[in-house]
Amino acid sequence: MRDSLQGSSLFMKFIDPLAPTKSDQYPFTASPKTYIVALLAGLATTIVSVFVGMSDLFLEQFYFSYLIGWTFCLSLALGCLFIVLIKHLVRAEWIVALRRIPEAAAVSFPLLAILSIPVILGLLDAHGPYHHWTVEGIADPASDHYDEIVAGKVAYLNIPFFLARLAFYFLSWIFISSRLWRLSILQDVTGDPQISVRLRHVSAWGLPLCAITTAFAAFDVLMTLDPHWFSTIFGVYFFAGAFLSAFCFTALTVASLQRAGMLRGVVTREHYHDLGKLMFGFVVFWAYIAFSQYMLIWYGGIPEETAWFKYRLQHGWETHSGVLLFGHFILPFVILLPRAIKRFAAPLAIIAVWLLIMQWFDIHWQAMPVLHKEQAQFHWLDLSCWIGLSALFVGAFLWRLSRHSIVCEKDPHLEKSLRFENV
Amino acid sequence: MIKTIIQSIKATMGIYDARDDGVYGLLAEFTNPGTLITAAREVHSAGYRHFDTHSPFPIHGMDRAMGLGQSKVGYLTLIGGITGLALATWLQWWTSAIDYPMNISGKPFFAIEPSIPIMFELTVLLAALLTVGGMLAMNGLPRPYNPLFYSREFYRVTDDAFFLHIAASDSKFDLKATETFLQDIGATSIEVIHDHGYSELHITEE
Repeated sequence: MRDSLQGSSLFMKFIDPLAPTKSDQYPFTASPKTYIVALLAGLATTIVSVFVGMSDLFLEQFYFSYLIGWTFCLSLALGCLFIVLIKHLVRAEWIVALRRIPEAAAVSFPLLAILSIPVILGLLDAHGPYHHWTVEGIADPASDHYDEIVAGKVAYLNIPFFLARLAFYFLSWIFISSRLWRLSILQDVTGDPQISVRLRHVSAWGLPLCAITTAFAAFDVLMTLDPHWFSTIFGVYFFAGAFLSAFCFTALTVASLQRAGMLRGVVTREHYHDLGKLMFGFVVFWAYIAFSQYMLIWYGGIPEETAWFKYRLQHGWETHSGVLLFGHFILPFVILLPRAIKRFAAPLAIIAVWLLIMQWFDIHWQAMPVLHKEQAQFHWLDLSCWIGLSALFVGAFLWRLSRHSIVCEKDPHLEKSLRFENV
Repeated sequence: MIKTIIQSIKATMGIYDARDDGVYGLLAEFTNPGTLITAAREVHSAGYRHFDTHSPFPIHGMDRAMGLGQSKVGYLTLIGGITGLALATWLQWWTSAIDYPMNISGKPFFAIEPSIPIMFELTVLLAALLTVGGMLAMNGLPRPYNPLFYSREFYRVTDDAFFLHIAASDSKFDLKATETFLQDIGATSIEVIHDHGYSELHITEE
């Protein structure tokens, strides 16, 4: 693609693949301190977590804690990528005024690829979270580690293929997201309305590719922690949480930017109302998918399937399951039901924060019982890895946002989006 | 007393009674959605309450211009949903644990897990039925008879015309004063609608 946009330097590629562009109308006006502080705090917390965690004392715990924090950030980026893809594909007009937010968050994959190093180390470590299927001799009937069930899955569950799949997922996501990002910024510069058509073309093949890679990424990253268990709906379950948290992330970011004096008069109550409706809708969708998974396994009553839920309904994990049911579904369902709540930034932002915490809690609930079968617990590394990685994610996101216009200012539908009203 | 209550309930549904002399109200035509929305705002702020606007397509912001406030149909949806949920819970429990208990692969007679799909479906069904039914009832629909159909011009409302109707039952209604008022706010033609089969057409000079 030859155009007037400049690429960025090698280091900056992990933050933003493009050189800064100027915006007179909608610049990022907050001080650079905001993202520098977030980046430094995130870097410090992550480095401390990695160095303390990699000591023998906490090694097993660290791999799990880091994996959970990393998957949380990955789900945010993927959810935002889905928002952008679907927006282009269905030519949604209302969201144009705030499209730059999910667009910028979806360009986080190079950073997430770098941050996946401890996850890969965990994969290669004999005591890592994936040791249930990576251990030596798992497919060898003569070995002590022989596992008949995993032996049957060894064609899929082996380290080289796992790494190749992970590389393929990331290359697809990086390719699609940076192409969407580049075209969108190019439209800011040239104002060419034909770019909207090209964005739609990319989304047309990008959406199915992202759907398949996301589902398989969920199988690989989270489901293989317990390699005996399987659930075909697991990919959709992961998507449901990711898509919901992407709307929460967008609502929270817009509310914060407006507090800082940006996007005033651009994003209105009507936009919040739609974000709130989508949050409500995907709270229900998440519960629908989570329950579908649970009900079929409950009905079937086959031990190889029920075991996964059994671990999560004993030794204190039943409290976590209950908190998930109430905190991720019933509470936000009831709160988001009235119209008024969805139309105001402050209550919506509070619920968005709560649902983001619940998204992390959900991933924790999926992964951690594999390590702590006997006693439900939180570890300080859970928190430090999550907060450190999230701060890095948000810092890089804000830095990227600050380098371009924060509104897709030359999009042909911007005018319509600005005047958008719910009937 | 009861008659007044029924009349006021019907008025909230947009069904207005004609005056004793048969005058049903004034039907004013406006040139475009913009003038109609301004006119609606003027009519509302002048204190009229028994009036309605008619256009070939929905106009954004008309609810606010007419001072209609928030739709109450959402409360009916909530009532429908809660009723459906309760009904389904009772149905599942009574049929499978009380009336005809059957042992199916050792599962409990009544358990919440297999009941949830029924609870969900009945919640959605009753909420949807009450939403649609409530919407129709609150709008006074279906309404095969409407005195406005006596108008010679009103059929154009499904094509290219924009109308505002002020009912004679409004406490502020006065045939002469209201007609002058409608002329002042930009009506291009004003028609007096009678409830017994004829109408008079006044064309304002351009």
